[in-house]
Amino acid sequence: MKTGSSILRSVGIGGARDSAASISGRDAWARRLPLLPAFIYVFLVTQIPFVLTIYYSFFSWNLLKPGSFRFAGLDNYVTLVTDESVRTAVLNTVVLTVCVIGISVVLGMAVAMILNSEVFGKGLMRTLMIAPFLIMPTAGALIWKHTLLNPLYGLLPWVLSPIGLGRVDWVSRFPMATVVTVEVWRWTPFMMLIILAGLQSQNPEVLEAARVDGANGLQVFRRITLPLARPFIELGALLGSLFVVQTYDSIYMLTYGGPGEDTTNIPFLLYKVAFQGYSIGQASAIGVVAVIMTIIVATFALRTLLSIFQVEARR
Amino acid sequence: MRTYTPLRSKVLWSVVGWLVVFVFFFPVLWMWLEAFKTEPQAASSPPTIFFTPTLAEFQEVLSGDFPPFFINSAIASLVSTFLVLVLGLPAAYALAIRPVKRTQDMLFFFISTRFLPFAASLVPLYLLARDLQLLDNILALILIYTTINLPLGVWLLRSFLLEIPNDLFEAARVDGAAFRHEILRIVVPLIAPGLAATSLICLIFSWNEFFYAVNFTSSVAATTPIFLVGFISGRGLFYAKLAAAATVSSLPVLLAGWIAQKQLIRGLTLGAVK
Repeated sequence: MKTGSSILRSVGIGGARDSAASISGRDAWARRLPLLPAFIYVFLVTQIPFVLTIYYSFFSWNLLKPGSFRFAGLDNYVTLVTDESVRTAVLNTVVLTVCVIGISVVLGMAVAMILNSEVFGKGLMRTLMIAPFLIMPTAGALIWKHTLLNPLYGLLPWVLSPIGLGRVDWVSRFPMATVVTVEVWRWTPFMMLIILAGLQSQNPEVLEAARVDGANGLQVFRRITLPLARPFIELGALLGSLFVVQTYDSIYMLTYGGPGEDTTNIPFLLYKVAFQGYSIGQASAIGVVAVIMTIIVATFALRTLLSIFQVEARR
Repeated sequence: MRTYTPLRSKVLWSVVGWLVVFVFFFPVLWMWLEAFKTEPQAASSPPTIFFTPTLAEFQEVLSGDFPPFFINSAIASLVSTFLVLVLGLPAAYALAIRPVKRTQDMLFFFISTRFLPFAASLVPLYLLARDLQLLDNILALILIYTTINLPLGVWLLRSFLLEIPNDLFEAARVDGAAFRHEILRIVVPLIAPGLAATSLICLIFSWNEFFYAVNFTSSVAATTPIFLVGFISGRGLFYAKLAAAATVSSLPVLLAGWIAQKQLIRGLTLGAVK
């Protein structure tokens, strides 16, 4: 077991190339100077608004009613706990994130393994495969909604009509499944890229040796490939979930949070409360909760990131 | 499992692989096909597979009200990317080459701001933009996109700077090179791939950004994704026009990503995976 700080030192995160202790005070400031513009900028634009968000969350304030700004104590948080739509949004966020990350990791792993084996046209396959991730999400969502899934003119209902599934209005009958599908389509290439990089870093001789020793395909996968790819899978899953938790574009384009609140996740609820209800205090309380949820995921993400840096540093 | 001859297994897995890739690439391919059709062809059932390609819809999109959106996107993306490089490179340099105490805290500070959900600061930023008359102003988007991408830029550039041998900097210092010269003469040429990776990631995130764009702009400063909002519940024949607009909107990032595939992985993982 390595201690945290020694891990950090081995990846060069905490460590100095020359000992920090030997730097005199004035020199240290000279060294810090190039850092300041970026630090001050990021601090001003992210931290001060965040403090204001916390502040507003204790107030009741409707933007359209001048003079409605008054202290509300914990009212906004009480509403969060009792309000049905908040619970729905939290649940939808969890369902969406878990489904999208789970499915796209499995598919991404499968595609990465195929691309890591001896196949024809690897480079072109990879190139075409990453296209869904690069396509503008709003554009991709609309292409799915209209040209592929429209029950009258879309391609998929026509393809599925021989098995009796034509004329199904996928977007309104299975809204969450539709959003998940479009997001999986977008995030599988992301997972594939990261996992493939992990697979390519393994030593082919180890695989050969395992086969010579009589290991079958499943054993090789479980005992060698999977453990080696694991940190990369974790990294992909955690980075991915930090993005998927914030899904907004495709929901806006595909379902607009509906029908009812069936696909309203936290970002979309925040949008509705802030820009349709104009309840600044309530929206801020939702923001605070979103931050707490994100911190929990991000803590794991950073730990994983560090372990990858460690693996890379050892090579 | 390994009872096939190598060639048979290679052919088998190639077929499986190409089928999967086809499924994933198909929506993009279909978007391209639809864009070159006429409106009746694009919305026909059964679908039109064979047709004479036409550029009519592209012409209509490009000669209509689309270009200002595209130009706004280009300004917001390019200027914010430039700001990220200008602010991020010195910071990354300080964190990589000339470390001070608390370097690690600083790195974590930067990255934690990237993972702070936009929900954390949306309302105050909106009120601030409103009070400063920056709503529907491209400057607001530029500043926000710079904030979103700067943490990525710092981490990414730092990971490239760490690969430069320290001796090079020592040599420059012995030569008496001033800090600015040190950066321009030695650092910039050596981390050209790093600058490319950072620009690519900044471009992807700012070009495709929708949340702030849709809530902070309305007409004057609206970016490409906002143009597409008009197609959400369109009536009548609009598939070919939608596909043409979607194709043009996606083209810059698609091309950049395809050209810089190597940088893409490294950029997406903040430099962790090379």
